[in-house]
Formats: sequence, C-alpha cells, structure tokens
Amino acid sequence: MANVQRSGTVNRKINKTIIYIVCIALSLLSILPFWIMFVNATRSTPEIQSGLSLLPSMHLMSNLHVLLDKSFDPIRGFMNSLLISTFATLCTVYFSSLAAYGLVTYNWKLRKPFFTFIMCVMMVPSQASAIGFYQFMYKLHWTNSFLPLILPAIAAPAVVFFMRQYLLATLSMEIVEASRVDGSGEFYTFNRIILPLMMPAVATQAIFAFVANWNNLFMPLILLTQKDKYTMPIMVSLLRGDIYKTEFGSIYMGLALTALPLFVVYFLLSRYIIAGVALGGVKE
Amino acid sequence: MRRKGVNYSKYGYIFTFPFVLAFLIFSLYPILYTAVIGFTDMKGLIPKPIHIMDNPFQNFKDLLFDNASFRKSLVNTGLLWMVNFVPQIVLALLLTAWFTNRRLNLKGQGVFKVLLYMPNIITASTIAVLFSTLFAYPMGPINSLFQMLGWSDAPIFFLQDKSTARGIVAFIQFWMWYGNTMIVLVAGVMGINPALFESAAIDGANGVQIFFRITLPSLRTILLFTLITSMIGGLTMFDIPQLFLAGGPDDSTLTTSMFIYGQAFKGSYMYNRAAAASMIMFVIAALLSGLLFYLMRDRDEARLKKAEKLKQRNGKAAQAAASEV
Repeated sequence: MANVQRSGTVNRKINKTIIYIVCIALSLLSILPFWIMFVNATRSTPEIQSGLSLLPSMHLMSNLHVLLDKSFDPIRGFMNSLLISTFATLCTVYFSSLAAYGLVTYNWKLRKPFFTFIMCVMMVPSQASAIGFYQFMYKLHWTNSFLPLILPAIAAPAVVFFMRQYLLATLSMEIVEASRVDGSGEFYTFNRIILPLMMPAVATQAIFAFVANWNNLFMPLILLTQKDKYTMPIMVSLLRGDIYKTEFGSIYMGLALTALPLFVVYFLLSRYIIAGVALGGVKE
Repeated sequence: MRRKGVNYSKYGYIFTFPFVLAFLIFSLYPILYTAVIGFTDMKGLIPKPIHIMDNPFQNFKDLLFDNASFRKSLVNTGLLWMVNFVPQIVLALLLTAWFTNRRLNLKGQGVFKVLLYMPNIITASTIAVLFSTLFAYPMGPINSLFQMLGWSDAPIFFLQDKSTARGIVAFIQFWMWYGNTMIVLVAGVMGINPALFESAAIDGANGVQIFFRITLPSLRTILLFTLITSMIGGLTMFDIPQLFLAGGPDDSTLTTSMFIYGQAFKGSYMYNRAAAASMIMFVIAALLSGLLFYLMRDRDEARLKKAEKLKQRNGKAAQAAASEV
C-alpha cells in the first residue's frame, strides 16, 4: 500500500516536471521572436546577416537614422492610431453599455427579438460588407477621414452581449428604483450611477476594443490613401516594401518601435489584462 | 395627481437606438449594398450608376466555376484554419487541464499565462513582417539557428516552398492565438460549480476522467463561442498572410479576404467580383455557424423538449379520443 502511494507521488513528480518543461518551452517560444527583434534592432545589417545573436550590439542610433530618413514616420502613425483607437474605444464601451442597460432594465416589447438579433449580428464577418462600405464612404467623401473608422464602433454586438451578461449578474433593480425616487432622470441614473458600477466590465472591454482597433489593418488600408493619415499597422506594412529591402537593421528597428508601446502597456497591465480576458470568457 | 406606475419601457428603445442606428448605417446598409453590387457590372475607379447585369448571377458563376484563384483562396483559407486551429484547441485544452488541476497545483501559473498570451497583444502586421524577416534567405535568424543546431547544411528558402510557406502562416496563427484560447477556456472552467469537481474526486475519479466527464461537457457553451469566433476569424484571415508573403508563393497563402482586397483595391477595381466573393464568404460563414450551433446544441435538452412535445401531443390525442367516446 505504502509502495503504491509512493509510486503515485513519484509519478506525479515526473508528470509535474514534464509539465513545467513544456510550459517553460512554450514561454521561450513566446519570447524568442520578440527578443530577436529587439536585439536585431541594435545590430547593423552585416552583423544580422552574419548570424544569430542573443546579445545586443551598438547600432541602435544608426538604425534609427536610416529608418527615419526613408519617410517612415512612427510618431505620426502612432498619433493617428492613438486618435482612432481612443475615440473608437470610447464609442464602443459607452454605447454598448447603454444598449446593454436598456436590454436589462426596461421591459419593452422588442427586447427578446433585439437580443436574438444581436447574437446573429455577432457572426457577420466585417469584411463581408467591405465593398459596400467603401462605396458608401466614397460617395460621402469620407475616405481619408477617421470618421468611418470611429463611428461604426458604436455598434459592437459582442460588447453589448458581454455587458448584458455582466449586468444580469450584478445589477439590482433597487438601485435604479432608489435613484428614481430621488428624482434622477434615466440618463442621469445611467451616467452617474450605473456606468461607475460597470467599471470592471468597461475596463476589460476597453482594453480589447483598444487593441482590436489599434491592430486593425483591413479597413484603414482600404480607406486611407494619404500618407499623413496612415495608422501604425499601415506604417508597419511599409517596412515590407522595397525601400528597406537590404536594411535589415532598420526593419527590425521599425518593428521594435511599433511593438514597444504595446509591450510596455502589456507588462504594466498584464495582471488586469489576463484577469480581464478571464472575465471576458462567456459565462453560462 | 401623479400616476403611480410610470411606464419606462420607451427607454428600452431610446437606450438601444444609437446601436441600432449605427448598425443600420454602417453594417446593414453596406452589406445590402455589397450584395447588390455583386449582381452588377460595377468596375473601374469612378463608381458608375448601378446597373444589374442581364444574367444577375454571372459574377457568382464566374467566381465559383471559372476563377481558379478564388477557388484556391477558399481552399487555402479552410486549410490554414484547420492546420492552425486543431493544434491550437488541443494545446489550449491540455494547458487548461493542467492549470485548473488543483491536485497538481502548478507554481508560476500567472507568469506562464502572461507570457503565453503575449503574442496575441502585439499587432498582427508587426508579427507578420517580423516572421518574414526571421525566415529571410539566404541569411536570416531561423536559417542561422538551423545551421547552429546542425539541422540543415545549406540555407533553406522557406518562403519559396508552398508547404513551408503555408506551414509558417498556420504556425503564426497558432502561436498568436493558443494563449488566448487557453485563457478563455480557463475562465470557463473557473465558472464551473466546484461542487461538481469535489464530488467527482470523492467518487474516486482521476484527473483524466474528471477532465473528460466533467470539465469538457460543462465547457460546451464556451467551446461553441471559441469555435465560432475562431471560425469567423479564420474566414477573414488577412493581416498575417497579406504582409507575410502577399499571398505567394504561387497563391499558396492567398486567403479569401486577400482575394477580395486584391480584386477591389489593388488597382483592378473589380468591385462587382469582389462583392460577389464577399457574399459567398458571408453565406459560408452563416452556414458554418448554423452547423456549429447544430452540432454543439445541448442534446439532452433537445431530447427532453422533444419528449415533452410528444407527451403533449399524446395527451391531446388521448383527450381527443376520450372526448370522442
């Protein structure tokens, strides 16, 4: 009996060791490409071509100069992306919370059909409507404007769905009733009382919406043709072009510059982001 | 005198109005517009008035039967999705089982989760260009690595071979998304009633049994969500293949989204053909979602409902029979 138990713990130890090895290997796999990117951003092109190194070199500044000399304007792309992502995120979280609150609090005739409708809309791939959307925006003279990249964010079915689930679990009607008794209007109640209560869910969805908008390539690529309107992902796509063909050092530099802000934010907020994703997993 | 019960139901409409309005303008109208364009001869840089073709389904017919490139893009999209999704979900489930197994009690879970999720945060375009640079020929980091480890003598031109190019695109997708899938699944497991696990443990179930008999069945909703979002994401795959190889070599990494983009916006302005391709993609997405819903439906619940209906009908029949007598 004792023997069986011991072999059980030994087995578990072996199992655990294997699991740790797999996890560490996967973690290395996650880090390594980015590590190579940052290291190569500091190495000269001949150094990069002479072989792999995991230690940084001294050519950071020269790579930066080569990069910026060739019409690569990361600051501009950064500002454009920041502008679009911020406003799109605000639209998404505010109007989705509003719609979700409307769905949960009020008893209206079309409530159930509206929810079913949101579930269906969630499954429509956005690229399916790209041609019509482009033509429409072209006629409105809204190409090369940020509006078509921001305003559609008002209708984010997945976020409404998530907010509804969150409100169903947390909102008690007594709060709403109490504020009505105190004479607060419905919008005032929502803005001043409900929205602050929803902050954990709002923060989670804001992170996702921001990252999704920041990473969006398809729509900006279609709509923005003027160079000064380019977003970060379009800037990155320029690095793939011919002008940088042999300048490996500066390509890595450009990539590092576009990824660096995200890395900083991610590691500062990683705990909340992971918890946020966990919160975002649909609950039954 | 104030009425006691104020009717607030109009606020339901008011609060959902911005959503509906934005949806109608920026989603529904463009989809319908796209559908109409699919039946027209709209081409060229300057949009002409809409003119439905004599044979309205010509664009669809051309795409499905005469356009090898489009067919290839459909096959590629399916292939790339399968090759990245199957290992992704298997690994994510395995990690979920490990991370949620209380008897194992792994240390450093937080760090692992943060690191495994990391590739998902970085812009897909950055990752695509990064990987195309890593796999550079004749001298690039991966080639150096292979030579250092003694896996290859001569440099390998990864990006010119169809299967390695496809394999790398699928790998990037897998690498970017398995951490995300894992975290969603872990969250799902956290939401399962702990009493279920406890009673299973008391009944003497081992880790494997608990995973297959309790964890997986309870995760069905979340698996459905993962499958559908991943399928839509796979169908619309664009950034990685577009920036990695721009569809090459020989169209082997051309996806449907890239086909649409290429037809309409890369100088050929074939809006009608691109619109028809979008609609085909839309129909495929709808069919697959429906199929997934059907496959993942709650079988017990469906059976129960059916039995109830049958019972009701029998009851009615019996009643009818009784009243006849």
